[in-house]
Amino acid sequence: MWSGVLIYAENYGKGIKPSTFELLGKASELRSRLGGLIHSVVLASEGAERLAEELISYGSEKVLTYRVPEELLPNQLAHRDAVVDAIETVKPKLVLISATQWGRALGPRVAARLKTGITADCLDVYVDEGGDIVQVRPAFTGNIIAHIKTLRNPIIATVRPKVFSMPKPNRGREGEILRRELSTFGSDVSGVKVLGIAREKSARLSEAEVIVSVGKGLRGREDLKLFEELARVLGAQIACSRPLVDAGWMERDRQVGFSGNVVRPRVYIACGISGAPQHLTGMKDSEYIIAINKDPSAPISRHSDLFVIGDIYEIAPKLMKRINELRDKL
Amino acid sequence: MVLIKPTPDINRVKFDVESGVVDRASAELEINQFDLYAVETALIIKETLGGLVTAVSMAPPQGERALREAIARGVDRAILLTDRRFAGADTLATSYTLAAAVRKLGRYDLILCGEKSVDGDTAHVGPEVAEYLGVPHAAFVTRVVDVSNERIVVESDYGDAYYLLELRLPALISLSRPLFFSDRAVEPRTPKLSDVLRARKTKVEVWNADHLIGLADPEGFGLAGSATRVVRAFSALERGRNPVMVVGDEGVDRIIEALKSRGLI
Repeated sequence: MWSGVLIYAENYGKGIKPSTFELLGKASELRSRLGGLIHSVVLASEGAERLAEELISYGSEKVLTYRVPEELLPNQLAHRDAVVDAIETVKPKLVLISATQWGRALGPRVAARLKTGITADCLDVYVDEGGDIVQVRPAFTGNIIAHIKTLRNPIIATVRPKVFSMPKPNRGREGEILRRELSTFGSDVSGVKVLGIAREKSARLSEAEVIVSVGKGLRGREDLKLFEELARVLGAQIACSRPLVDAGWMERDRQVGFSGNVVRPRVYIACGISGAPQHLTGMKDSEYIIAINKDPSAPISRHSDLFVIGDIYEIAPKLMKRINELRDKL
Repeated sequence: MVLIKPTPDINRVKFDVESGVVDRASAELEINQFDLYAVETALIIKETLGGLVTAVSMAPPQGERALREAIARGVDRAILLTDRRFAGADTLATSYTLAAAVRKLGRYDLILCGEKSVDGDTAHVGPEVAEYLGVPHAAFVTRVVDVSNERIVVESDYGDAYYLLELRLPALISLSRPLFFSDRAVEPRTPKLSDVLRARKTKVEVWNADHLIGLADPEGFGLAGSATRVVRAFSALERGRNPVMVVGDEGVDRIIEALKSRGLI
């Protein structure tokens, strides 16, 4: 009763989300302390076999596949029904779901259906001395880190992508595939009709290695070009803090912060950003943080590794010139 | 119906650095920023299709101020769920209680709420209330495309892309920011002074656990109904980093070095 881990494999059309495999890596790590098997659950309208094999190569021992009609694949409530069925079938102690927008909407519906707890957007999950599972998550816009235990079964957590490392797949690994089908779906499932993709995202900051981010230090919309050029030269993604989105200068897909995107690039360059708590929450886990600001007392100074006191309008062109010179030498 | 969470202003609230305890008395409770957009959207829909807007909150008694603010903004009726038996609730117990209150209120077409709160950050309560009520829901809604008496079409952020969803009513939507209604950007209105004065005199209905008997099991409320416990908390932001501070052109050299050492240029 209630042992092992169940990983929800996020797939609503274009293949399994890579962060799913990070969860499998973590499950393998927790396995010795938790016992039981590592199960995965995946929904597919076609090619379920191939997806299951992929999950096995990343460490899943058994995979439950649910065939659904194509129109139900992007319907979250169909996923809820399948995940609830999978949980009732394998009785896992712990259920891990990626804390993507999709996962964060799905998880609470599963938890409420089963009347169990769920912890959102975890930064870590570990087993303590007493053998209890502890979930670590930020609250109060990242000001507080809380350690949380769940008193019921199963324990459900959504985990922020990129906090666990990606395991190496082993294509020769063997596992079991359990084909399942749902004969009926909840009555609310038919109440949601997915009409299709409305807009693709203009950016996926969560995947960027280098980010050049601009804030209120930007004097006008036209000046964005300078920083877009800097980002291009650096092979970086351009991003911004909230005031620029509120002003309509940039899209929300490029907003870093609590109400935008949480990013963890290798290098984050904040240009003319003072460092409001909302913004810091979105970038403080970056590997190396560079801030360029005229005001040395700006709050961001305490959260950066390199603080350049200066005018972004002077530093940015000089930086581009130096990088171009370096490239020319090669 | 609009679900509102009275929350402290995140820029003003004080934290105990050692224990990670939030000093809730340090900042007054106001409407959670994301919920302000839900209130505004509800008012726009009311202007388009008619109907009444009811705001529901579960909070300590001082949460009444936030509901009064909602009335000033144009909400017709406000219910505050407040009782010691509701205290200590996690998102599961909170949603259970709110869903019971929605059932008590009876017929509704649409429930709106913010995608998450500025203090809890979980984004759980919208989807969980929808689950308890058994209605369709869309989370992380960035645009209301169209709404009629039978259905609502919204754009929802799935992570990889924005999807267009048609929901049969009654339904629940949780709203993100920035938010659009058709092609117009939704910005919460500023209440007029006369509205603020009127709201001061308007009654906020206060319900306790006894009001929900028959609609919910009191064991599901508050700490007793909560499936999770916070076992430890500590302050995160205070640690900070130790920056190397440089001026002007030296900064250019240092940035180049940092990028080079990481093999990024």
